[in-house]
Amino acid sequence: MLEAADLECERGGRRLFRGLSFTLGPGELLRVAGPNGSGKTSLLRMLCGLLAPSRGEVRWGGTAIGRLREDYSRQLVYLGHAPAVKDDLTPQENLAISSSLQGISFTKKAIREALERFGLGAKREEPVRRLSQGQRRRSALARLCLAESVPLWLLDEPFSALDAAGVGLLRALIDAHVRRGAMVAFTTHQDPGIEAARVIELGLAS
Amino acid sequence: MLAIARAVVYRDLLLAARRRGDVATALLFFVIVASLFPLGIGAEPNLLRAVAPGVIWVAALLSSMLSLARLFAADYADGTLEQMLLGAAPLGAVAAAKAAAHWLVAGLPLVLIAPLIALQYDLPAALYGVLALSLLLGTPVLSLVGAIGAALILGLRGGGVLLSLLVLPLYVPILIIGAGAVEMAAAGLAPDGQLLLLGAALVLAAAFAPWAIAAALRISIE
Repeated sequence: MLEAADLECERGGRRLFRGLSFTLGPGELLRVAGPNGSGKTSLLRMLCGLLAPSRGEVRWGGTAIGRLREDYSRQLVYLGHAPAVKDDLTPQENLAISSSLQGISFTKKAIREALERFGLGAKREEPVRRLSQGQRRRSALARLCLAESVPLWLLDEPFSALDAAGVGLLRALIDAHVRRGAMVAFTTHQDPGIEAARVIELGLAS
Repeated sequence: MLAIARAVVYRDLLLAARRRGDVATALLFFVIVASLFPLGIGAEPNLLRAVAPGVIWVAALLSSMLSLARLFAADYADGTLEQMLLGAAPLGAVAAAKAAAHWLVAGLPLVLIAPLIALQYDLPAALYGVLALSLLLGTPVLSLVGAIGAALILGLRGGGVLLSLLVLPLYVPILIIGAGAVEMAAAGLAPDGQLLLLGAALVLAAAFAPWAIAAALRISIE
């Protein structure tokens, strides 16, 4: 279970939010909404441990994530704003390397299937440099297909740069993961049309 | 943990193979800097023999510096560094793997080509072994210590210059000991002391630098 206790975020001397507490249990979906600059990305980075909150703490199964470190990061997949794919490598190589970094075991077949699912089957041997923005995004999202056993997904604006088919595919993946009893948290500034168990609405700090 | 470190080394070598130009730049830089000195100070064999160890070592420092600025910058820009921080292995292991890959790409070629450079300085062939050995022990230290600086300057403007100011002073002991080993051998003395000191520096750097790199990366990524 993921637990946020009294989180406060200060960036560049400006307080973005304070006193934010919530829990996310198995099989729950959390949507973080709010306008640009309201601290959605900061909140997600706090949840995965990349950013230390100026007050409060994030706990996983009752223990502060700062103390769990890689024991915690093994339990999560984080997809940030930057797609984390290497321009000089092919989608296939990118997927294999990012999965092994995450400690996820995989087969060549699983990688091929994941890429085919995201419509990159024909492009899997081409350097990412030659792909479009949306295809690049898809090649980053293909990681999720291999991460079905990971109990926590943290997705930052996962729907951006995707076409309608891509949005549908991602929605199905998230849906299936939640139904499997895992936890998913994602940020968005538009309504993606998924029923979220919890919604955090961040406002602009005055 | 080892599997992940191996994946990081493999990835960096693969990237280097795709961008051979970057690798060649650092190596050519080394060759050119080391070749400029004989042209500049004239063909006086005794003088050249005397400055050779120092000049070759300084050229190696500068060349290693040149490629260090890019060590984490690309990973930082495209988000892969965040994924490394959130990987299944301790960040120190990943940092050590990055430094190892840097050495394989930017350090090892220098070791191999140094005897060829030494030819221009009319260094006796008996010294080639000591020169290569001193570089073999010293260049990994440059990669490890330099990576700390490379991690600290992430996201800063004008980081390249700052990196040299941060890291070059730390290279001084390695330069003195490394060039000293070759000078000792040139004077007909056993360079064992200097080589053992370089080995000790390598052991120390390999043990502690990865954790310093990891701490620096954590600071930079916030």
